[in-house]
Amino acid sequence: MANTNHKNGADKHPMGSDYSVKVQKLMNEAEYLEDGLMRLNLGPSHPATHGILQNIIDLEGETIIRARPVIGYVHRTFEKLGEKYTYNQFLNCTDRMNYVSSPMNNIAWIIAVEEMMGLKVPARAQAVRTIINELSRISDHIICNSVLGVDLGAFTGLLYLYHYREMFNTILEKMTGARLTTTFTRVGGLEMDIYDGFAKDVKEFLREFPKILKDFEGLLIHNRIFIDRTRGIGAIDTETALSYGYTGPNLRATGYNYDVRKAYPYLMYDQVKFDIPVGTDGSVYDRFLVRNEEMYQSMKIVEQLIDNIPDGPIRVDDYHYALPPKEDVYGKMEELIYHFKIVMHGIQAPPGEYYSAAEVANGEMGFYIVSDGGKSPYRVHVRRPCFWYYQSFPELVEGGLIADLVAIMSSLNVIAGELDG
Amino acid sequence: MRGLKPEQNTKIWEKLGKKFPASCLNIEENRGILVLNADISCSYDLMKYLKEDAECRYNVLMDLTAVDYLNKRPAAERFEVVYMLMSTETMHRVRVKVKAGDGVKVPTVVTLWKGANWPEREVYDLFGIEFSGHPLMERLIMPDEYRGHPLRKDFPLEGIGEDYLIESILLKGEMKK
Repeated sequence: MANTNHKNGADKHPMGSDYSVKVQKLMNEAEYLEDGLMRLNLGPSHPATHGILQNIIDLEGETIIRARPVIGYVHRTFEKLGEKYTYNQFLNCTDRMNYVSSPMNNIAWIIAVEEMMGLKVPARAQAVRTIINELSRISDHIICNSVLGVDLGAFTGLLYLYHYREMFNTILEKMTGARLTTTFTRVGGLEMDIYDGFAKDVKEFLREFPKILKDFEGLLIHNRIFIDRTRGIGAIDTETALSYGYTGPNLRATGYNYDVRKAYPYLMYDQVKFDIPVGTDGSVYDRFLVRNEEMYQSMKIVEQLIDNIPDGPIRVDDYHYALPPKEDVYGKMEELIYHFKIVMHGIQAPPGEYYSAAEVANGEMGFYIVSDGGKSPYRVHVRRPCFWYYQSFPELVEGGLIADLVAIMSSLNVIAGELDG
Repeated sequence: MRGLKPEQNTKIWEKLGKKFPASCLNIEENRGILVLNADISCSYDLMKYLKEDAECRYNVLMDLTAVDYLNKRPAAERFEVVYMLMSTETMHRVRVKVKAGDGVKVPTVVTLWKGANWPEREVYDLFGIEFSGHPLMERLIMPDEYRGHPLRKDFPLEGIGEDYLIESILLKGEMKK
């Protein structure tokens, strides 16, 4: 960066005629602004920011007077790629949006496409999708809560909980072949049936996880230091939050009960009983508690479903949209032709536009699909929850300390892959 | 969107049909959701009415995006800015669409919903549609020195070659305020 502070003896004045633009000078001090504030760059690569995010903050001592987030470092042009890929190929892009809980993004995209095409998916596929959806939600909240502890200095919680995230990753690997970018489900149903030990693995997770979650809570919830650092910090009221477009646990922590699973039910959420935890003042402490309680509610949903997975087909019966079983493709004529048409010409969507949303771990993830009747969409727009609530970050942070900035950013659960998209 | 009530659709349709003349607002129902095609001249008034009227109360802006219909529609209606509104009292949703040509400015809704700030900047960045009255109409996601608007249909997927960006990062050095 060019050294614009010539008080500490730079060789040449930047405005002088002998100052070469091609010379790079190392910044030895932070830049001082005209009003005496210090400009600090919490730069894109920083151990306390989650992902590649930049914040330019103007400080007076340790108090933040102005903050400005700069995003776009992980922009991977998903919306432009959506115009080239088919409906099943775009699933690979959705993996990489919220990479901490990728089955949830996959499911959000697939239900939007299936509703647009008017498909009715069999119950077995819906049950398995719901189970994996809730287990992914637990996995995402494990990361958010334990990393909030790490950012404040409490490292042990992360080590306790990560083992269970590893258990879930093993289940995903046995189901889909991948631990992180799962590309789970296809249009019309699942890509393959669940493996033989699925119910046993999930029940082992449900048996062991609550005990360790209790230990984790014991480390943090009534801890004096944790309470002092998080209670009342980064508080926001419901009306401002709704004006910014907050959804998900961040909105529920302010006291407003909005969850896409209850308001516009999808998958099997209208057939299971669960509660929605709600906070009071939207501070870091409340967000932590809301996410913690959501993990218990997710386990409750999985317990209701894991023993009663219905039998039946895993894909919709219409071979215009889902691949026929392989034995039939090798033996019968029509199935061979359907397979060829789907693989070579893609799934044709009806022309028109459609918007549908699902509840991912951070809130409402919606997909606005415009189709002109072809194998690829004409336009795909992803409504990313992180993008809408991260706009409020300057308002939450200004007037506080740098230490509070770290806690607030960590509790908002900003995932860079979803933010830039 | 699933789960919307048809009787609510009819009620809002009649109410808006009385308040706004057909010359500036064309209402239709598309796959269960009410779509309001508004003219630029009355789009801000329509959004204000939808937000503040006692029976509508669409107090949440869920989504703001744009679509480029190059070669499919006349040049004066090339872009379409799409807003998704939701009411927290009735859980009802409505879609508002505003057509704009290339170079036409669309009134901003930042004064009604604070959350429209970044999505409008993103639409400007990726499509080139300017919003009049926005506090900071600058690029958000692409680098500041980027040329072109990537999501337009005449911008190729492979890009146009960005050597100029590398030079500016290495040589310029000073961060903009």
